Amino acid sequence: MDALLFMIFAAIAVICGINLVVQTHPISSALSLVGVMGALAALYLLLGGEFIAAAQLVVYAGAIMVLFVFVIMLLNAGTEKKLTVRPLGKYLGAPLLLLFFGMMAYLIQRILPESSPVVFGAFQSGTAAEIGKSLFTVYLLPFEVTSVLILIAILGAIVLARKEVD
Amino acid sequence: MPLGPLPAAVPPSWYLTLSAILFALGVLGFLLRRNIITVFMSIELMLNAVNLSFITFSYMLKRVDGHIFSFFVMVVAAAEAAVGLAIILTVFKNRQTLEIDEVSTLKN
Amino acid sequence: MNFYLLSLIKTAIVVAIFMHVLAYLQWIERKVIAHVQLRVGPRRVGPHGLLQPLADVIKLVTKEDILPSHVNKVFYFMAPFIAVTFALISISIIPFGPEITVGGVRTNMGLTDLNIGVLFILGISGLGVYGVALAGWASNNKYALMGGLRSSAQMISYELPMALALAAPLLILNTLSLREIANGQAGFYLGFIPRWSIFQMPFPQIFSFILFLIAGFAETNRVPFDLPEAENELVAGFHVEYASMKFASFFMAEYANMVTVSCIATLLFLGGWHPIFPEKYGSGLIPVVIFAASALLCFSHAANPARPFDKITLPVFGVLFLGAAGLFLVPPVQFILLPLFWFCAKVLIILFVFIWVRATLPRFRYDQLMRFAWTFMFPVALVNLFITALLVAVYP
Repeated sequence: MDALLFMIFAAIAVICGINLVVQTHPISSALSLVGVMGALAALYLLLGGEFIAAAQLVVYAGAIMVLFVFVIMLLNAGTEKKLTVRPLGKYLGAPLLLLFFGMMAYLIQRILPESSPVVFGAFQSGTAAEIGKSLFTVYLLPFEVTSVLILIAILGAIVLARKEVD
Repeated sequence: MPLGPLPAAVPPSWYLTLSAILFALGVLGFLLRRNIITVFMSIELMLNAVNLSFITFSYMLKRVDGHIFSFFVMVVAAAEAAVGLAIILTVFKNRQTLEIDEVSTLKN
Repeated sequence: MNFYLLSLIKTAIVVAIFMHVLAYLQWIERKVIAHVQLRVGPRRVGPHGLLQPLADVIKLVTKEDILPSHVNKVFYFMAPFIAVTFALISISIIPFGPEITVGGVRTNMGLTDLNIGVLFILGISGLGVYGVALAGWASNNKYALMGGLRSSAQMISYELPMALALAAPLLILNTLSLREIANGQAGFYLGFIPRWSIFQMPFPQIFSFILFLIAGFAETNRVPFDLPEAENELVAGFHVEYASMKFASFFMAEYANMVTVSCIATLLFLGGWHPIFPEKYGSGLIPVVIFAASALLCFSHAANPARPFDKITLPVFGVLFLGAAGLFLVPPVQFILLPLFWFCAKVLIILFVFIWVRATLPRFRYDQLMRFAWTFMFPVALVNLFITALLVAVYP
């Protein structure tokens, strides 16, 4: 059952990823990315990361991607013209990338130590309580620094995107 | 990958392979596309692939730190998306185009 | 019993009841608004208009399903589907009652229970924004696009005060699972004050409740925040290009969101299925009293009815209410029906508040709406959370 779920959500993630790269209109790419994030949230649940799965849905799919969709709808720049990739890139680059990735996959399979298969429920430390404990004791400094980072980002976005007052 | 009938549960290296596939797709999108927003979304895809790697390693090492790192990656991605899209809006207001090849006035 | 078979049976029951509730919620809304405005509402189709939802469904299904030529076909088809799916998914984790044993099978009343139930609800309401935004975009129509973008911006602006208002009782209850939240509000202070979140020491969560309800109005696009779909301001906003079944899907999604917000408010603030005073003081008799009083009212009005057909329909309703009152006195079904009664009563009271506000208040202008969210509700929610956290830390 876990393998079947992994296969289904991995297939959804890969198909939506390919769709993101192949589609011409940015809004189709944005919705494919939302599909990838949903599939990844399900995979995080299989790996025992329940809080991260919920955070992925709330923050990534529900807020960041909505921001992307808004900007695409507001700018309304239309579909992309047919991309003219140099033949060097198309005929040499993509196969090289696939070869490199194949090597990495083979190395991952061979070199990593044998670990038990991923069973839903085997990892119990992904709850909100555990993450809260770790976040507010061991990782307190990064947590406070990210709050300052978000404040800087808010200020930057407001300053950059406001109307010019002439 | 082992051939034969599907096992009841999947080894975590398959999750890492999926993460590598998604990262490769993100790199492809980043290099081949010309619309700046699609390039930005490919960056988000790469960040998601890295998140999956973090969670998988957290499962393998039986520690919660991978989840914390993944959480910080999400927060930084949110901040980066906000500022990046604001910059894209400003560029569009000034150049009326979203193609990265046409924003080239500094080129010789 | 087999887990899958049990889940299928529970799903069938919940879906059947939920669909009927959505249909009859529209009847309740029309009747309540009509009586507020001193008129009668639907009364022709069936006794007191009770078959009006059936007539509406038949009308919507048999209307011609047009596909305008200028729309973006993929997103046009996807948008109502997304809206309805995410609106209906939230019902799957809401617990309706305690654990019960029916015919030797132990099961929880409710489809499932997640450890992260509250976060899941927040995520699903965040994803529900896509249905509205895509509907506005796909219609290829400037009014629809403006309506869709305004509605999405409103929904995400109010998600923030909603989440902060939800976080405050969670500090006291210490769990994210909806069933444990409801169970954490069992018991009574001093023997008779219920331990609901709005009464809970160290800080009664009344402000959180009010903030959550106001944010719930905005999330579900209800009056006074319904400018994006107002008929006279924006030509019905983002669903102007949608006909028959797809339009019905958007309305079903809106009512389902309303029911979800009411259920979450009940579970988090009003104690879920726990009664208002202890069983030993006779709270098991409240439903009996209510139904018996309704039956008495029906019979007394049937004596000199206002309308001629009421000579038949009112006694029939009286008998039905007496039957319901009797059902609550039967011990074998009492332990199922009593928690269900309290849960449904609280949800219906909140839904009545939704409908009452719709009949009473005018709507906000869009900039007033956004200013209200960011300059009033967000700081108030933050201050509320801060005070709750301070009091929980000082008086654990």
